Amino acid sequence: MEAIVEQLTECVVKANKNKQALCIRGGGSKDFYGNARALRYPKLEIRPYQGIVDYEPSELVVSARAGTPLNELESLLSEHGQMLAFEPPDFNGAATLGGCIAAGLSGPRRGYAGAARDFVLGVKLLDGRGRILNFGGRVMKNVAGYDVSRLMTGAMGTLGVILEASLKVLPKPESERTLCFELPVEEALETMRRCAGQTLPVSATCHIDRRLYIRLSGIESAVDAAHVKLGGDEFGDNLSFWESIKNQTHPFFRGNKRLWRLSVKSTAPPFSITCEQAIEWGGALRWFAAAEDCTATAVRAQAEKAGGHAMLFRGKDPNISAFHPLPPALLKIHRRLKRQFDPAGIFNPQRLFPEF
Amino acid sequence: MPRANLVKAFRKLLPSESVLFEPEDLRPYECDGLSAYRQMPMIAVLPSNEAEIIEILKICTAEKIPVVARGAGTGLSGGALPHADGVLLSLAKLNEILEIDPDACTARVQPGVRNLAISEASEAYGLYYAPDPSSQIACTIGGNVAENSGGVHCLKYGLTVHNILKLRVLTIEGDSLEIGSEALDSSGFDLLALMTGSEGMLGIITEITVKLLPKPETAQLVMAAFDDVEKAGAAVANIIQAGIVPAGLEMMDRMTIAAVEDFIHAGYDPDAAAIVLCESDGSNEEVADEIEKIRDIMHMSGAVRIDTARNEAERRRFWAGRKAAFPAAGRVSPDYYCMDGTIPRKHLAEVLRRIEDLSSEFGLRCMNVFHAGDGNLHPLILYDANRSGELEKAEAFGARILEICIEAGGSLTGEHGVGIEKLNQMCLQFGEAERDIFHAVKAAFDPDALLNPGKAIPSLRRCAEFGAMHVHRGEEKFPDLPRF
Ligand SMILES: Cc1cc2nc3c(=O)[nH]c(=O)nc-3n(C[C@H](O)[C@H](O)[C@H](O)COP(=O)(O)OP(=O)(O)OC[C@H]3O[C@@H](n4cnc5c(N)ncnc54)[C@H](O)[C@@H]3O)c2cc1C
Repeated sequence: MEAIVEQLTECVVKANKNKQALCIRGGGSKDFYGNARALRYPKLEIRPYQGIVDYEPSELVVSARAGTPLNELESLLSEHGQMLAFEPPDFNGAATLGGCIAAGLSGPRRGYAGAARDFVLGVKLLDGRGRILNFGGRVMKNVAGYDVSRLMTGAMGTLGVILEASLKVLPKPESERTLCFELPVEEALETMRRCAGQTLPVSATCHIDRRLYIRLSGIESAVDAAHVKLGGDEFGDNLSFWESIKNQTHPFFRGNKRLWRLSVKSTAPPFSITCEQAIEWGGALRWFAAAEDCTATAVRAQAEKAGGHAMLFRGKDPNISAFHPLPPALLKIHRRLKRQFDPAGIFNPQRLFPEF
Repeated sequence: MPRANLVKAFRKLLPSESVLFEPEDLRPYECDGLSAYRQMPMIAVLPSNEAEIIEILKICTAEKIPVVARGAGTGLSGGALPHADGVLLSLAKLNEILEIDPDACTARVQPGVRNLAISEASEAYGLYYAPDPSSQIACTIGGNVAENSGGVHCLKYGLTVHNILKLRVLTIEGDSLEIGSEALDSSGFDLLALMTGSEGMLGIITEITVKLLPKPETAQLVMAAFDDVEKAGAAVANIIQAGIVPAGLEMMDRMTIAAVEDFIHAGYDPDAAAIVLCESDGSNEEVADEIEKIRDIMHMSGAVRIDTARNEAERRRFWAGRKAAFPAAGRVSPDYYCMDGTIPRKHLAEVLRRIEDLSSEFGLRCMNVFHAGDGNLHPLILYDANRSGELEKAEAFGARILEICIEAGGSLTGEHGVGIEKLNQMCLQFGEAERDIFHAVKAAFDPDALLNPGKAIPSLRRCAEFGAMHVHRGEEKFPDLPRF
C-alpha cells in the first residue's frame, strides 16, 4: 500500500477509536460550501494523494487519485480530445477530483449531458472503520451489488473518504458557438423549453442580466443548422462567459448578498421574489442573489412548490442549514446509512445536515 | 401465521381473485425468465393500488413473512423467483400511465406499466423513453428500475439510472419515501442511484417519473461484415476512438448470424465471422456526417462488406435480426442459457477466444451477441435440459465465463442483475468488506431482511463455502485483482 494511503488509513482507524471528528479536505476550494461546523475539526488532507491511475481514451474511462487537481485531469483529457461532460467547477484550479465527486457539483452542461453522478463508474473508498473498499469499476455497465459509487457522489464526504474515482469521459464537440438574445425572463424560459422538446445540439443555457445565452455544441454543420433555426447573434466570448457561470465568478454571483441555488422542475414559472435571479439548465436551475431579509423559509417554500429544493450556496448562516432539510422518513434512512459507513460519526460531522 | 389465516387476512384487503394460493394459480409465478430455477410461493397477491400494498406489507412485517416483488417476470437472473415461505407481490395491476408532461419532457407512471407502453403513449408529443431492453414489449418499468436495465441505445442515451427522475418507494417498515424529485438533483444522498438496480431488496417501487427525449429527426444504420472477430472488435474501438458516440453499436458472431438469418432473414452476410451494427441518430446534418465517418472507419478496419440501410424498412430489418438473437437461439437449441458479463472493450478478442476454448472443453455450443459499444457480452450457451447433466454443464460453463469477465477487470453482470444466479461469482468480484457494506445498506432499508431474502448479495457463509470449493476444485485462483 502506498505510504499516503497507509497514513490516511492509520489516521482514520485512530479517529474511529477515539471518536475524533475529522474534516476531509482536498483543495479547500469548497470550504464555502455546506455547513461550516465541520471545518473546525482536524483536517484529513487528501491533496497529496495525486496522480492518474489509468487512462485509455478508446475505453472512454479515466481513473485518478482523489487529490489530483481537476484542471490537471481535464487538460490531460483535452489533449486526447475528450472531456468531463458534466463540466464541473474547478474554482480557479484549486478543486480536486475527490472534492468534485464528494460535492457532486456539475456545471452548465449538466442540463443536457448529465451530472457528476451520471459519469461515476467506480470509487475506491476508505470507510469509517479504516477499511479500503472498491465499488463499481472501469466498465460502462455494472449492476453487481448496490451502486455505492454513485451514493458517494454528493454525500459531502460524510460516508467515507474517496481515495480514487473512475469516470466515464466523452469526446469534445467538434465545434461550439454561443447565441445571445435580449429577452425578459418569461420569454427566455419559453425559449429554453422549446429547445428541450427538439433535437437541437444545445449544451448549455443561461438567462442572466436580461440576456439569454444558448450554447450549441456538436459537428459544425449541425451547429450551423441550429443557429439558423434559433436565430440570434453569435456571442463572441464563448469560453470565458461559460467559465464565469461554471465557477460563479460572473458579477451576478459576486455581490455581498446571499446566494441561493434552487433546483426545480424546469417548467416552473418565474419566481415572484424580489431579488436578482439567474437561470440555467433549461429552467431547472435558478439562482437567487437575495438580501438577508429574504428568509430561508420563504425561499425553501418556493422551491418546494416548484418541485425541488433550495440550497444556501454562498453566505453561510449558522442558523440556516445549507442543504434543504429532509422529511423524517428519508432522514431515518440517511442516519442509518451514515451509521453503517461511519459508525463513530467521524467524517465531516454536520457538513451535510445538522443531524449527523 | 398459517397460510389459511394469511389468506383470510389478505382477502379482507383484496378481492378474492387477487389472492392466489392454489397450486394451479401459483404455477405462472414459479419462475422468471431464468426458468432453470423454480419455486412456488406460499401465496401470491395482486394489489391494484398503493394503499393495498401498504396494508399487505404491514401484515408481512408483523408476521415476518418474506416478500418478493414481481413485475412481468422477464428477469434473467432469478430476481423474481418466489420464496417458499413468502408472499409474491405482483405489481402487474398497477399499470397506469398517470401523467405525461410534454413541456417538462417527463412521464409519471405506475410500476407495472410496460417499458414500450411509455414510448407509445409519448409518441403523440414527439417524445420517447430511451432505454430499450429487447424485452421492452413485456418487461415493466418497475422491473427496469430494479435491474437498472439497458438496451441497444444505452451507449448514447444511458441506462435506466440516467433516465429516471423520481421514485415513490414503500419500505417494508411502512414508510413512504419520495426519492429524487422533478428537479435534476435532490437534497441528501443519491438514494435514486441506490434504488436503481437494487433488485427488489430495499423497497417496493410504486411510482416512477421518467425522462422523455425528443425523437431524433432521423436515424441511419451501417451494417459491416468482417471475416475475423478481432477486426470487428478493432472497428468498435476505432469508432469510439474517433470521437463518435453512436446511438447503437452491436456485434454478433458467426453462429448468431447463421441462427438469426435462418429465423428473420435480416439480410446479414452469412459468410461473415462477425457483424457490427452501428447506428447514428440526430439531426439530418449530424447523421449524414457521422454515417460517412463510420463507413470510412469500417472500411479502414478491414470490413469485407459495408451496407447502409437504404430505407427505414431495411434499417428496421437489420435491427430486427439483432433483437431476435435470443429467440433465434431458442430455435437452434432446445434450451439456451444467457450470460451477461461486461469487460473493458480492449479485451474483447481475448475473451472471445477463451469462450471458444471453453465451448470445446464443455462440448456445448455458444452464440455471442454483444452491446459492443459498452463492452457488455451476452454469450448464449446452447444445451438440452432433457439430456442428463447438460444443464449443470451449461451452468459451469457460464460460471467460467463470468470469472473470465471479472479477471479481465469487468463485471459479472451488466444489466441482468445478480438475482439467485450469480451469488457465487459475487464472492469473487467483491471482498468480504465490500459485501459487508452491501449487507449494511440492505439493513438500513430492511432491518429484518424480509424483502427478497437470499438474492443479490451472498451471505458470508456462502462465500466461505464457495471459496473452499473453488480452491478444492483446483481451478485457477483469483489473485486479489485491483479493480481500477
Ligand atoms: C428475451 C429477453 C430479452 C431481454 N433483453 C434485455 C435487455 O436488452 N436489456 C436488459 O437490461 N434486460 C433484458 N432482459 C431482462 C429483463 O427483461 C429485465 O431485467 C427487465 O427489467 C425485468 O423486468 P420485469 O418487469 O420482467 O421484472 P421481473 O423479472 O418481474 O423482476 C425483476 C426484479 O425486479 C424486482 N422488482 C420488480 N418490480 C419491482 C417493483 N415495483 N419494486 C421493487 N422491485 C421490483 C423483482 O423483485 C426482481 O428482483 C431480457 C429478458 C428477456 C426474457
